[in-house]
Amino acid sequence: MSIVTVQLGQCGNQVGQELFEVISNDANDTQRKVYSECSSERFFNETANRELVARSVLIDMEPKVISQSIAKAAKFGKWRYGDRSHFSQKQGSGNNWANGYCVHGPRHEEVVMDIVRREVENCDRLAGIMAMMSVAGGTGSGVGTYVTQCLRDAYPNSFILNHLTWPYGTGEVIVQNYNSVLTLSHLYQLSDAILVHENDTVHKICAQLMNIKHISFSDVNKVIAHQLGSVLQPALTGDSHGVYNRNPIGELMSSLVCHPEYKLLSVCNIPQVSSSSMAYSMFTWPGLLKHLRQMLIANAKMEEGIDWQVRAPSLQPEGIERTRSHRRPGFNTSLANLLILRGKDVNNAEISGFQDPSLYTPWLPADEAFSMWKTPVPFNKYEKSAILVSNSQTLLRPLDNMVGKAWNMFASRAYIHQYTKFGISEEDFLDSFTSLEQVISSYNQL
Amino acid sequence: MTQSVVVQVGQCGNQVGCRFWDLALREHSHVNKKGIYDEALSSFFRNVDSRRRVGGSCDITGGRIQSLKARAVLVDMEEGVVNEILQGPLRELFDSTQLITDVSGSGNNWAVGHWTYGSAYREQIVDQLRRAAEHCDCLQCFFLIHSMGGGTGSGLGTCVLKLLEEEFPEVCRIVTSVYPSAEDDVVTSPYNSVLAMRELTEHADCVLPVENQSLVDIVNKIKHMSHSGKPGSVIKKDSAIISGQGGVSGAEKPFDAMNNIVANLLLNITSSARFEGSLNMDLNEIAMNLVPFPRLHYLVPSLTPLYTLADVNIPTRRLDQMFTDAFSKDHQLIRADPKHSLYLACALMVRGNVQVSDLRRNIERLKPMLPFVSWNQEGWKTGLCSVPPVGHSHSLLALANNTCVKPTFMELRDHFTKLYRKKAHMHHYLHVDGMEQACFTEAISSLSSLIEEYSQLDATKDRLMPDAARLNIAT
Repeated sequence: MSIVTVQLGQCGNQVGQELFEVISNDANDTQRKVYSECSSERFFNETANRELVARSVLIDMEPKVISQSIAKAAKFGKWRYGDRSHFSQKQGSGNNWANGYCVHGPRHEEVVMDIVRREVENCDRLAGIMAMMSVAGGTGSGVGTYVTQCLRDAYPNSFILNHLTWPYGTGEVIVQNYNSVLTLSHLYQLSDAILVHENDTVHKICAQLMNIKHISFSDVNKVIAHQLGSVLQPALTGDSHGVYNRNPIGELMSSLVCHPEYKLLSVCNIPQVSSSSMAYSMFTWPGLLKHLRQMLIANAKMEEGIDWQVRAPSLQPEGIERTRSHRRPGFNTSLANLLILRGKDVNNAEISGFQDPSLYTPWLPADEAFSMWKTPVPFNKYEKSAILVSNSQTLLRPLDNMVGKAWNMFASRAYIHQYTKFGISEEDFLDSFTSLEQVISSYNQL
Repeated sequence: MTQSVVVQVGQCGNQVGCRFWDLALREHSHVNKKGIYDEALSSFFRNVDSRRRVGGSCDITGGRIQSLKARAVLVDMEEGVVNEILQGPLRELFDSTQLITDVSGSGNNWAVGHWTYGSAYREQIVDQLRRAAEHCDCLQCFFLIHSMGGGTGSGLGTCVLKLLEEEFPEVCRIVTSVYPSAEDDVVTSPYNSVLAMRELTEHADCVLPVENQSLVDIVNKIKHMSHSGKPGSVIKKDSAIISGQGGVSGAEKPFDAMNNIVANLLLNITSSARFEGSLNMDLNEIAMNLVPFPRLHYLVPSLTPLYTLADVNIPTRRLDQMFTDAFSKDHQLIRADPKHSLYLACALMVRGNVQVSDLRRNIERLKPMLPFVSWNQEGWKTGLCSVPPVGHSHSLLALANNTCVKPTFMELRDHFTKLYRKKAHMHHYLHVDGMEQACFTEAISSLSSLIEEYSQLDATKDRLMPDAARLNIAT
């Protein structure tokens, strides 16, 4: 089964290109034929001339980034983008969500959906659609939201996963909080799951774990691509009986998103080291899993600086309701977790730490809350990788900050005239704020 | 890729415009070694086959450069400056139809420029603007260059601004306005400036105010540096922002050094729209991010570095120095000190070999020293363009929407009031058809209410503003 990717805006296109690069390298790298074939089928279409064409649609409102992405992809000759799989305009969305959603989206709906349809028809079986975008700008966020809406209407029975890149907290775009609030509130109704990467977190990984001195967006995008690739590449699920999972997106949804109020997913992937230290690093499953579990509980985004003081609350004896007051401060409660293990000796890994009911919210039985996938095939040159996709309170604080800042700005009505002139009213803003406060409240109560 | 059209009005506007075209050619020839007419060039230039005379020259897209024509409309009510352009080395850039001139000038009278010439030349101007727009595949922005103190640039320039809004309401209007210095020798410049200010506040999307005095100070600083004879103080050729070397024009004329600074400002603002980078910043994003309330659209520009020293090694310290300098009052293009006033928003457009980590590091470092308004504590808009300007390995343009413009406006109001109280020179204005007393009173009242808006924001400056109470959700 295949995944069709829709890359939207500058960020979506830049990250998307890195993602296909990682996947193509990983699939070529391995000796395991079945893994390679499964991965190829999932992400690429093989043409008559044995060329690999990415199952991807590139959308942007200005042409520079798409041309660069297409050129970069074709450079090494291992894979390329389809000749007619892109759409761009001359003039961007000006960082304005309303411009993207109310003007560009509807104006180009037909052409865009046409390209998507062609890509979908190229698949033997569609596993799902992944839309990649940032939330800070105008095209990824505004046009991306509109396109997601169109995808939902056109493919009501398919899974739609939105991969979002959240901007640096200290600002890349001044109105980023408005754009983010409008995007998230709409996507919450339209999308099946929202997988988030934060620029701040990835930047720290580059700086502290990978020791990159002058971090560029290219470095950040490669890390995001590595993490996303490690989730989507083939793996064996619990009940797949030795056959690689057909539909990673569908299984991601059923493992992690059991309630429509809880759709925000985060990813942790360890180890993450600089390429020069990889040869000298030795990792064991117990070591990796211990770190990963503590990262989850203490809400650490990476392996360095984990707070080992945070402990899971002790289990109450049977018959006594576990209430929130028993939670320790700083403890990150999960709704559901998916652990993916890739690499050598994967069957010896001891994962019971993640099945501990005290990690999870009380109203979901612990055995439903935890799932695991694994494969003995190592991913992207790492001998062992442990990946945790988590539906937990990890994103609560960043989300709350984002909404708080946007609300503060809204209280002075700053920049609102830029949105109202394209058709987004103050009521629309209030609706968006209300939906997100609801999401924050739900996650707070986990 | 989008195109922009430059409209230069009046003596100052045309002289600055002239320097802009010269430096733009220099920049593109530096980058475009193969002589191909590419997207970047097309943002300001048309490629025409000038042999075809039937129905005017026709545009060639792509392929080798044949003959470049500037996307410009030049307006002046006296012939001197425009004639000089037509006889100089840039003459090939302009079709005779792009120039609109008259003979006698506006006599430093805003009313003559705005009403008399405004109505006489309205049709011709609209015609030329339409023609320039039609040559564009996707017109994004009009750049208007003029001065505030005279008659043509100020009066006719603001009339053109109104026309641009009427005829092309969707196209962004970015106005570069040169404000008079304190020792301006035009007696009526306060009247002209205040009358023009009203039009700018109502009809422009963004205004980049520039003061002659600041330009003079910067020029002096550079000249002092290059003549100081200190070891290690040799300035790299071509790198000073006042240098026109390597351009088409010959010997330097007076005001050239100052005008080069403004020309560089325009080149840097459009760099991300013309060239590639890891974080693009288009022109429409500037207005979107920097203008929180429609009338407060005065953005103080500052350019660094002013020059690059000839010793080539550039350690990170130099890069950080560039960021620090952008906020010092010596580098602002108006006499203002933004560090001690309130920031509403700030844009940093970086060119050259600078990565996002350098940008982040410097923002973190400088943030504590810069007061931002309470609802926009992280009000930074950033752009990274990979192509540096000629002679530099990297450069930074900062655009600040800051209340430090208030003193400049208040001074303007004071000068105006001094004359107005005595009704000095007013008869020259009121004699003009279309001009009334009400124009004066409306103009000064518009300026006063603008100053009042800035004052209200200033009042919040050192006060700790509480966060707005969040919505309560029933659980």
